Amino acid sequence: MISIKNLHVSVGDKPILKGINLEIPAGEVHAIMGPNGAGKSTLSHVLSGKAGYTVTEGSVTYKGQDLLALEPEMRAREGVFLAFQYPVEIPGVSNIYLLKAALNAMRKHRGEEEVDALDFLTLAKDKIKALEMDEKFLYRAVNEGFSGGEKKRNEILQAAILEPSFCILDETDSGLDIDALKVVSKGVNDLRDKERSFLMITHYQRLLDYIKPDVVHVLADGKIVKSGGPELALELEAKGYHWVEEQVS
Amino acid sequence: MTTQYTAAYAKLENSLAGSSLGWLKALRLQAKEQFIEQGFPRLSDEEWRYSNLALLEKKPFNPVSESELGHIDIADLEAYKLSDCWTLVLVDGHYSASLSNLAGIPDSVIINSMAEALISHPDKVKGYLGQATETKEVGFSVFNNAWFTDGAFVYIAANTVLDKPLQILHVVTDAEILANTHHIIALETGAEASVIETFVGCEEQYATVSVTEVFVASNSGLTLYKTQLEGDKAIHLGGVYVKQARDSRFNHANFAFGSLLARTDVHIDLAQAAECDLNGLYLGAKRQHLDTHTRIEHLEPYGISKELYKGVLNDKARGVFQGRVIVAEQAQKTDSDMHNHNLLLSDNAEADTKPQLEIYADDVKCAHGITVGQLDETSIFALQARGIDKVSAKNMLTFAFANEMVNKIKFKPLHDQILMHVLNKFPQAGIDQSWL
Repeated sequence: MISIKNLHVSVGDKPILKGINLEIPAGEVHAIMGPNGAGKSTLSHVLSGKAGYTVTEGSVTYKGQDLLALEPEMRAREGVFLAFQYPVEIPGVSNIYLLKAALNAMRKHRGEEEVDALDFLTLAKDKIKALEMDEKFLYRAVNEGFSGGEKKRNEILQAAILEPSFCILDETDSGLDIDALKVVSKGVNDLRDKERSFLMITHYQRLLDYIKPDVVHVLADGKIVKSGGPELALELEAKGYHWVEEQVS
Repeated sequence: MTTQYTAAYAKLENSLAGSSLGWLKALRLQAKEQFIEQGFPRLSDEEWRYSNLALLEKKPFNPVSESELGHIDIADLEAYKLSDCWTLVLVDGHYSASLSNLAGIPDSVIINSMAEALISHPDKVKGYLGQATETKEVGFSVFNNAWFTDGAFVYIAANTVLDKPLQILHVVTDAEILANTHHIIALETGAEASVIETFVGCEEQYATVSVTEVFVASNSGLTLYKTQLEGDKAIHLGGVYVKQARDSRFNHANFAFGSLLARTDVHIDLAQAAECDLNGLYLGAKRQHLDTHTRIEHLEPYGISKELYKGVLNDKARGVFQGRVIVAEQAQKTDSDMHNHNLLLSDNAEADTKPQLEIYADDVKCAHGITVGQLDETSIFALQARGIDKVSAKNMLTFAFANEMVNKIKFKPLHDQILMHVLNKFPQAGIDQSWL
């Protein structure tokens, strides 16, 4: 699905990512853990095309194409989805308007007709129910006045409706209480299938109790310093990031 | 320069509302003398430094008598009339009974033209007229007091809830006309009402001067909307002067979309625990100049004032916002919050914004926030990350910026009308209304 080779990224003159190598085959869930400042969010931003980052070396191939050459909206239309760590509030645009505009942009890209209003409503209500959100959220302004947990759920709702092939979850678990974490995790687990890949960026091991990854990577100082199975997360939890950093140096 | 107006109105003296009433003659005479002395406001007046009224003097506009009213396109007018409302129509500054619809007004309510109210309820009108208008500062209210031709008189008796809004629809029909109206809206204790002032007119250059005096008695509540949709070349001067008694509520929503040059003053005096909520949206394009001055005076303790004005300015348009909040020494526990946000869509657009807090009490909560700028890059990216192209993302966010204010309108016919005008104002936004 996605192949990252020797990726170097700077912000201004400052190197943040220093040679990332990562292969995520279709259907797999990879978790990236790491201390603050390791470059986790930079990786998610670069993959989704946010401005302000310079790729100085390396490549990212997604479904056989050069991902870094695509505008952010083209990446999204090709199936790359970023669940934001800090979802933006858009007072004045309702959730349902955004969802419909986004879905239609994707359908148009695929040469399909715009979604029928009634079919869309049925779809949206179906998905929102699965995330244990009130239907009223569809008509509220995007994220305005939402709690932290509601904002994260709203990101997963967007993923559920847009059905991307590659989901980047940027600290989707941060700030959630255990009930919200369970709901969000269930939403993600419902999306798992053999064609869809996930890159889960997290600071906390707790998330991995609810979404079982196939592979866990540890990112420190801009590099993946260790990869392994889910047991690596437990080891990290027990010994702390300090342990990995020591091993590297 | 004031003589041309003095002369023009001298000819109309007998057709001005209440011309046979001695007390009103005296009030008008005093205002006239003040106007002759100070004239229209000038750029050198601090409160007027951004708005140049020279046009009113260079090229005199003409007040017209009731018999000289211009032709009105009924179909055009109907498009502005809101459903589920009583409607009071003023054409070129004069009440039109045939275009108005005031049937079925409850007995405890008076809604009438100012001229008729001065005949049927002169003492009631006398108790209010000129009691709230600003006369201390240089302004246009003295011009209005001296020569208003007509207007609306609205009186809601104690504990009466007006179950439908009243729309006061101003129309100016022809070039060079000056329409000068004065309204009174008075609510007695425990009353509730909604009033919508709509200003429209022809595409030629004309002028509107309109003053609305509002009296909200204790524990009563008024929602007042102003929708300024004047023609592109119009000059509009509007004043809303509000006296709020103890525990009263006043909501104002002020939409300024039309005119070449428009200025609205909103002055509010708050008694104990009175609450006001002011919202505004100005959308300027081409060479429009849209100016709003608000002044909220907390005179007694426990008052609450909330204010949010937003502006979107394109082309060479200029938006001005001045928000003054004055908290008197005895107005302890005042809670005041004022925000003004401006979005500039072109390099040649301009926003001048000036918050002014004058606080003489020591135990108060007063916040303010002002921004002038472009769209937030993070928000643009967030939409791109959902497959929406950059141009559409910007359009959607611009619309959203304005729509936040439209969404505050609770009365659906008005909400839909304003939404349509927002969409028309920025057609490039390409927003699909059927989705909203």
